[in-house]
Amino acid sequence: MLLSCYVFPHQSARVLELHLLSSPSFLHHGDTHVMDNTDIHCVPNTLMIVGLASMGINYFASRICQDALDPGRFPRWKTFLKPYFGCSVFFTTLMLISVILSYAMKGSLETSLKIGLKNGIRFYKDTDTPGRCFQKQTIDHLQMEFQCCGNNDYKDWFEVQWISNRYLDFSSKEVKDCIKSNVDGRYLVDGVPFSCCNPSSPRPCIQYKITNNTAHYNYDHQTEELNIFIRGCREALVNYYMGLMNTIGAVVLSVFLLQSSVLASVRLLQTSMEAVAGQENVEIETEGYLLEKGVKETFMEYVDPVLKLLLLNQVTPPEAKPEAGATGTTTTTS
Amino acid sequence: MALMKVKFDLKKRVKLAQMLWLMYWFSIMAGVLVFSMGLFFKIELRKRSELMDNNESHFVPNILIGVGLLACFLSASGGKICYDSLDSTKFVKWKSIVKPFLICCLFFNILLIVTAAMCFAMRIPLEFTLAEGLKNGMKYYKDTDTPGRCYMKRTLDLMQMEFRCCGNNNYKDWFEIQWVSNRYLDFSSKGVKDRISSNVDGKYLMDGVPFSCCNPSSPRPCIQQQITNNSAHYSYDHYTEELNIWKRGCRDALVSYYGGMMNTIGILVLMVTLLHIAVMIGLQYVNTSLSTLVNPEDPESESEGWILEKTVKETFTDIMAKMKAMGKGNQVDEGANEEAAATVS
Repeated sequence: MLLSCYVFPHQSARVLELHLLSSPSFLHHGDTHVMDNTDIHCVPNTLMIVGLASMGINYFASRICQDALDPGRFPRWKTFLKPYFGCSVFFTTLMLISVILSYAMKGSLETSLKIGLKNGIRFYKDTDTPGRCFQKQTIDHLQMEFQCCGNNDYKDWFEVQWISNRYLDFSSKEVKDCIKSNVDGRYLVDGVPFSCCNPSSPRPCIQYKITNNTAHYNYDHQTEELNIFIRGCREALVNYYMGLMNTIGAVVLSVFLLQSSVLASVRLLQTSMEAVAGQENVEIETEGYLLEKGVKETFMEYVDPVLKLLLLNQVTPPEAKPEAGATGTTTTTS
Repeated sequence: MALMKVKFDLKKRVKLAQMLWLMYWFSIMAGVLVFSMGLFFKIELRKRSELMDNNESHFVPNILIGVGLLACFLSASGGKICYDSLDSTKFVKWKSIVKPFLICCLFFNILLIVTAAMCFAMRIPLEFTLAEGLKNGMKYYKDTDTPGRCYMKRTLDLMQMEFRCCGNNNYKDWFEIQWVSNRYLDFSSKGVKDRISSNVDGKYLMDGVPFSCCNPSSPRPCIQQQITNNSAHYSYDHYTEELNIWKRGCRDALVSYYGGMMNTIGILVLMVTLLHIAVMIGLQYVNTSLSTLVNPEDPESESEGWILEKTVKETFTDIMAKMKAMGKGNQVDEGANEEAAATVS
């Protein structure tokens, strides 16, 4: 049967998906330091669970297919098939939901990156505070790798003191003036860290006094584009993750379609084999179907018991109340 | 007295042929692996060809690519021979080819060993190439307006950031060259004029390094300029400051990177050689066991297989005698020609 040789390459697709998702590149471990909350982790976690589950689903599907070739061996799967289909449908819909979720969470990803980067820039100088001592290294690596500077753009560095007080000479006039001129007593400079420097610039990097054209020879900061990275890191990171999500989304959707068709085929196989069971002549024609009744009827069939359970809860209290009322009145009279 | 004689019956022969066929599949994959390693190595060398001297040789990766392809081809043929050996009618057409094929395999294995040795030995010329190339690269760092050299700055910056290194031997190499272009120097300022006049060649040298030498793990913002001047920066001693800029030289970093890659490839090629020697011996057994059937008509009869028909010494003397005979044969022909020529004239 062509079904069994159809399922085996599906197994390999499944393994590939699992490898893709469990690879650490999906969520850079270092990037989690610049994310405020990690709700977005539910997407790769779900995908990994679904990948593992569908490995199991496809393995059983291939076993069922193999046994379907022998009408004598097929009946032993009878009791297993109903829960199997229930689980498979659940995990397949979960796959679809996770893809939709990954696009829906873009907003939350952006917000958490915004807050995380803001904190990262604020704590850049705190290399002696435990818990924050690696912020500098993380932000520097991030800016160099994604070719970005600051949160929205490089001007974010002008609003934060990113040079630690340990390295400022408070006895010098220049430092004292700078601190006095600032309301909060912070040492703000119109300079950026070295990791904002663009290697493609034709001139050596200008990090300090960026807005001051006279401080550097032959320099106009309005027209100088290649000196430091213009892009903000939030935009760079969101683009990177969205690109990744698009690729993974496309792959997961195609796997979802493949999986659904496998499940539909196994269902058809099951129903057509059921008609053959117990027959003397196994070469007769039988019909296979996906659902015994229509979609609406099948849905009502499953939902009715649940509704009855809920309604039953509502019916019994009103019955108990008049009885309680009756016993109450009888006690008062006696 | 044959070398390593083994008795075979039909079952054993079939098992040998099947196992050998499987091993040939593995050796095809190994050949593909060697080919892709050669390709990868070539691409890596190409990526940094700007940092190497002009006469960098791509000899080793080319050999690896050729050997990989040849291994695939030989393994595929060997596998086909194995497959056909199970059917005595099909094997007949291969009978005459098997012996020269095995000799080819032997030479190929020797080639593989030589390739592995070359992989390990390539480190030395590479070191010289890199030393020369990096020196030139640093010289042309400032020439971002000269066509042909305009990307040198970017290449060097990216390399120093990626390999965590600074300069050729160490960061002091940057102090000896002018890496700031004249386009960005204000020749009317006193500071610049003093510096240039104090230098013999009129170069603008300073004790500073480019930003790509900065170490992100440093707790303080990077100090690139006036590195050796302790008083220029607060709370700074350049002798004890370890994390400010990268200490390692780029030549060391690149040589250890490429050296590691070549060691891995060399070990892989040696393992592939072992695999090929094993399949060669296996094929020899298959060949000899099929040609010594006790009853040639009956495929189920017993046979013997061996590696060499006589002992190693005797085989060697045989080969020498054959080569001498071939040489003498030429001489005899020439003598006959001379006589014929003499009689004619």
